[in-house]
Amino acid sequence: MSVAEYLIPYDFSPVTIAGFMLVLGFYGYGLLNMPEEDRPGSGRILVFMVGVMMCYAVMQTRFDYYSQYMFFVHRGQHLILHHLGPFLIALSNPLPVMRFLHGRIKPGIRRALVPLGWIYRFLQHPAIASFLFVGLIYFWLWPPIHFDAMLSRDLYWIMNWSMLLDGLLFWGLIFDPRSPMNSNALGYGKRILLLALVAIPQMVLGATIVFSRGMVYDVYEVCGRAWPMAPETDQLLGGLLTWIPPAMMSILGILIILRRAMREDGKITPYSEELKATHS
Amino acid sequence: MSNRFRLPLPILLPVTTLIAVAVLMTGCFSDDQSWRSKDISGLMPELAFELTDTSGETITADETDGEIRMVFFGFTHCPDVCPTTLQKLSRAVKDMPAEFQEETRIVFISVDPGRDTPERIRSYVDFFSERAIGLTGEEQALRKLSKRYRTTFGYDDPDEEGNYNVSHSGAVYVFDREGDARLLFRPELSVEDIRADLVTLAEESRT
Repeated sequence: MSVAEYLIPYDFSPVTIAGFMLVLGFYGYGLLNMPEEDRPGSGRILVFMVGVMMCYAVMQTRFDYYSQYMFFVHRGQHLILHHLGPFLIALSNPLPVMRFLHGRIKPGIRRALVPLGWIYRFLQHPAIASFLFVGLIYFWLWPPIHFDAMLSRDLYWIMNWSMLLDGLLFWGLIFDPRSPMNSNALGYGKRILLLALVAIPQMVLGATIVFSRGMVYDVYEVCGRAWPMAPETDQLLGGLLTWIPPAMMSILGILIILRRAMREDGKITPYSEELKATHS
Repeated sequence: MSNRFRLPLPILLPVTTLIAVAVLMTGCFSDDQSWRSKDISGLMPELAFELTDTSGETITADETDGEIRMVFFGFTHCPDVCPTTLQKLSRAVKDMPAEFQEETRIVFISVDPGRDTPERIRSYVDFFSERAIGLTGEEQALRKLSKRYRTTFGYDDPDEEGNYNVSHSGAVYVFDREGDARLLFRPELSVEDIRADLVTLAEESRT
């Protein structure tokens, strides 16, 4: 196979291509037109691009073929869509670009978008965000659902998109660049708690897959593998990918939040007069 | 207080609703009809192919319309899965009432066109059942067809004698008389279960 064949989509999805083009287009437009002082530096732009392109690559290249026919590659795909890609995108802090773009929206349209804001705030409640984050992994990996999702093209796309969108929501909440000291962003302690909480069920699930003696996901047996590989090996690798890297991502997230919290320690003055009074 | 999770009613309610919906949704995925195999209605597109039959002629799916078709991807050098599956399907068809046997077709599609010539496929399928037909085609056409049914195949590196293993789907895709995807037989399904589902399907699409 030539390099070009590896790069073209296995299962061409116009919606996915359009989605990624829109994101990159808006990001580029924001960068070019926003005021100099708000513009993210080249490092942040690079991290954003790497995050977006990773998600694109696992959805619209030959990688998607292997994800459909090998359990462990599928787990790798979701690791990128739900963890690594959104992790990098959120870490690059695209918030100033989004704020600028939001300012450019016509007031009429902005008003129409208000209900979206409500849904967003509802989904970003820490309890709901963490429930969704873990719940989606369990939902799509529940054997009968997983079987259907791998058989039906529509369900397959819904699965991948739901993982990506939920990943963006969750890591956006965790790496919210605003400080909880002077905004209503989630407190650092709570962010750390969430990261630890979501890691545990993922580790349990991963370990369950690794240590199960029978075949949990027989759909790959049924649909044929991309290349002949022992089903047990495929399942073992897939289980390990569900278990270890997500737990490491949580720890990495905790370290980043801790560093941010330590930097802010004692730096920020209490934001209200009332609080100032209690401190003096 | 501000450092703790507070769950006031407006938040608690949606959370419980969310859980309730998730639990209820599981009901949507259970089968209403008591099929013994996997119901795949609505999950897959209708039957369509253009391949070569064992006499070297081009054959399309429409030409087999009006029959219940059991599509199976395999290769004639297959050591275990293919002979077992074809054996099971053939026995299940034989155990059906005579009038239904005439309307049932086993469609064996070889995904190893490099070694499987139409003649070889013919002697292979004839050995198992008179209700079986064997098809194959260019690798590109086979790839397109297998992609349509969310399956694939792959080749191992050949050994010194040129023998190689082929990974392929172990399942049988069942299409009704109209060509709609209906059932999926997993490799471990018994002959009796296959027979029972075929009879149910044959009776159902008659009425």
